Amino acid sequence: MCCENEALMEEMLAKVIEEHKDMPGALIPVLHEAQGIYGYLPEEVMKKISDGLGVPVAKVYGVATFYSQFSLTKKGKYRINVCMGTACYVKGSADILNKLKERLAIEVGECTEDGKFSLDACRCIGACGLAPVITVNDEVYGRLTEADIDDIIDKYEAMEA
Amino acid sequence: MGKVHVTIDGIQVYVPDDYTILEAAKEINIHIPTLCFLKDVSEIGCCRMCLVQIKGKKGLEAACVHPVYDGMEVRTHSPEIIKVRKKNMELILSNHPAICQSCTRSDSHCELQALANMLDVHFSNYKKYQETVNQNAAVDMDDGISIQRDPNRCVLCRRCISICNNIQTVGAISAINRGFNTIIGTAGNRGLDDTVCVSCGQCINVCPTGALQEHRDIDSVWDALYDEDKYVVVQTAPAVRAALGEEFGNPIGTDVTGKMVTALRMLGFDKVFDTNTGADLTIMEEGTELIDRIRGGGVLPLITSCSPGWVKFCEHNFPEMIPNLSTCKSPHEMLGAIIKSYYAEKNGIDPDKIVVVSVMPCTAKKFESQRPELAVDGRADVDFVVTTRELARMIKSIGIDFNAIADGKFDDPLGQSTGAGLIFGTTGGVMEAALRTVADIINGVSSDSIDYMEVRGLEDGIKVAEVKIADLNIRAAVAHGLGNARKLMERVKAGEHFDFIEIMACPGGCINGGGQPLQVSDVRNWVDFKEKRAKALYKGDREKFIRKSHNNPAIKKLYKEYLGMAGGMKAHKLLHTHYVNRKDD
Repeated sequence: MCCENEALMEEMLAKVIEEHKDMPGALIPVLHEAQGIYGYLPEEVMKKISDGLGVPVAKVYGVATFYSQFSLTKKGKYRINVCMGTACYVKGSADILNKLKERLAIEVGECTEDGKFSLDACRCIGACGLAPVITVNDEVYGRLTEADIDDIIDKYEAMEA
Repeated sequence: MGKVHVTIDGIQVYVPDDYTILEAAKEINIHIPTLCFLKDVSEIGCCRMCLVQIKGKKGLEAACVHPVYDGMEVRTHSPEIIKVRKKNMELILSNHPAICQSCTRSDSHCELQALANMLDVHFSNYKKYQETVNQNAAVDMDDGISIQRDPNRCVLCRRCISICNNIQTVGAISAINRGFNTIIGTAGNRGLDDTVCVSCGQCINVCPTGALQEHRDIDSVWDALYDEDKYVVVQTAPAVRAALGEEFGNPIGTDVTGKMVTALRMLGFDKVFDTNTGADLTIMEEGTELIDRIRGGGVLPLITSCSPGWVKFCEHNFPEMIPNLSTCKSPHEMLGAIIKSYYAEKNGIDPDKIVVVSVMPCTAKKFESQRPELAVDGRADVDFVVTTRELARMIKSIGIDFNAIADGKFDDPLGQSTGAGLIFGTTGGVMEAALRTVADIINGVSSDSIDYMEVRGLEDGIKVAEVKIADLNIRAAVAHGLGNARKLMERVKAGEHFDFIEIMACPGGCINGGGQPLQVSDVRNWVDFKEKRAKALYKGDREKFIRKSHNNPAIKKLYKEYLGMAGGMKAHKLLHTHYVNRKDD
C-alpha cells in the first residue's frame, strides 16, 4: 500500500494515529501501519507518532530498533532480500550477498542512490529446497550462483530503462 | 494489611504480606545482593543477582520482586545459588571495560565493583571473549554540556530509563537495539544535548556504574585558578553544604559550611561568596514580581524559575506556560551578574578579568550557565559550574584534609545571607522564603510568622497551601520531581486556580540534585537521605540571626547603592531573563 504522494501519506498516518490514540499498546500496530505507508520509518514519522500517541520519541525509537521487522532506512523500489538461513548459508548465500554488494555498491541495509535497489539479509524464508535463495520484492530466485546475479539485476535495470 | 510468617535461612520472621523476600530478609539483617534494584524507582528483577531458592519451587526466583506468603521457606545461599550469582556476575563483567583505575565511580561508589567483590568474583572465565566484545561493541561516548554518557560502562540495569521516564517523565532515554547490541540511548542516537533531556542528572544519581556522570569542568576551573591575570570568584549553592561532607566520610545531613569555605580558599579562589545571597536577591525580585502580578492583574500563577531542569522541561513540554515563569534569573546567575557589575565597579576590578565559578548540586546548572540569554553586555553571568562531587574531587586532589581544617566564613559583602536563602536548597524552601518577604512587604510590618510548615516536607509530591496575607488570599502549590510538576501543570491547564507555584526538578529539591554526592542503592533503598540533608538546611535556618531575605543588610545596601528599586530598570537589565519555546526540538 505504498503511495507516492507525500501529503496523502501524511494524511493516512494522521488517520492511523487518530484511530489508535487511546488504545493501550498502540505503538507497535501504529509503527506497522506507518511502515506500510512509508515503506520504512523515517525520523519525522517517528516524531509524529511520538507526539500523537504521547509516547517519548526515545521509546518509539527503542521499539523500532528492537524488532527487525521495522526498518529505519529507506527501501528501494526493488527490495532484495538474501536468505541467510542455515541451508542457504551452507549453499553459499554469503558469496551471493557479497556479489550483490559489489554490483550495487551498497552495504546491507542500504539503498542505491537512484532509489531503485535496497539490500537486506534475512532469516530463513522457508524455501530451503531452492537454496541459496534471494527475493526481489515478491519474486523468488533459487539455486543461484554468483554468476546469476548480474542477469537478475540487469533484468530490473532494463525494466526501468 | 495482614502479616505472614516467613522462614529465611532457618530464621523465622513475621512481616507485612506486601513485603518482598528482599525486604523480609532485610528485617533479619540478611543482605541479599542486588544490582538493578532501586526501591521505588526500578523494580524489575532483570539482573538476576538476588536469586534465592523457595522451598517447593523449581528454579531460582528474584528476591527483589518476589512477594512473601505465609509459610514460605527461603534459602538465600546454597552452592547452586552462589554458583549462579557468580556466573551472572562473570557474564556482566565479560563485556565491562576494565578501566576502574580512571573511573570516577571506583572511589567507593561503583556498585558493580562492590558487588563483584562481595560475590568473591575476581576474574572472568570469559576474558578472551571480553577482548573481542569490547572491540566489536565499543560505542561512542557522548560528552554533552551537562552529562557524559559512556555506554561501554553500562550494565543495562535500566534504573536510568525508569527514573527518566517514570519518575521525571522526561523520556529522553530508552533501550535501543537488542541483544548484544542493546544500549541505553536516545532517539536517533543523538547526543543528550539534542534531545528533550533537561540535564537534571537524576540518571547519574541512580547509575550503579560510571556509565553516567557529569561533564567535567574541573580542568577549566584549575586553569583559571592558576592564571595570575584572573580574579576568580566562587559561590556555593545552599544544598552543597548539606551534602559535601558525605564525600569525606561524614554522616548524611552533616552541615559542613565552615570547612567548605576554608577548603575553597585553600584551592585558591580570590573570593568565596554565597549563592544564598543570590537567593535573597531572587526573593526580592520574585516577591515583587508576585505582588505586581497579583495587584496588577498579571499572568497567574507565577511559577518559580530557579530550577534550570524545570525551566527546560517547561520549554519542551508546556511552552504555553512560559508567560507564567518568573522572569527572574536563578540565584547563582543573579549573583554572577552582580559580581561582574556592582562588585567589580565597587572594587575597581576589570569585569573581563573576573571568572565566576558556581559550585552547584546540579548538572542542569551547567547547561543553564551556557544559555546565551544569561549574560549582560556579552559577558556570561557565570563562567563555570562544577558539581558538589567535582568540588570534592578538587579538594581531594590537592591533599586537603577536609575534616581537620578549621571553619571559615564567607567573604563580604556577597557572603552575607539569611535563613530564607539557605532553605532554597530543598522543596518548599523558595516558596517559604518568598512568603516570609511578601507577607512583610504587604503588611508593611515585620510579622512573626516565619515558619510555613504546610509547604515543607518530602512526603507529598505536590503540596497545596492557602496563605492569607492582609487582604490577599494566596493559593500556593509546591511540586518536586518533574513527574509531579507535569501533574501540577495539567491541573493548572484544567482550570484549577493558583497564585504562586514553586517547582524543583529533582525529587526532594536541590538537596537531591544530579550533582550531589552519590549514595549507592544499599543506602537509598533503606535510608531517607533526602530528609537528612533537608534537615541540615532547616536547622541552619533556625540558627540564623536573620531569616528573611529583605532584612539582609548586604541586599539592602545593594539596592540602595546600586540597583534602586526591586523590579526597577537596572534590576531588570541585570537580574531578569526570558525563555525559549522548545516544543519542536
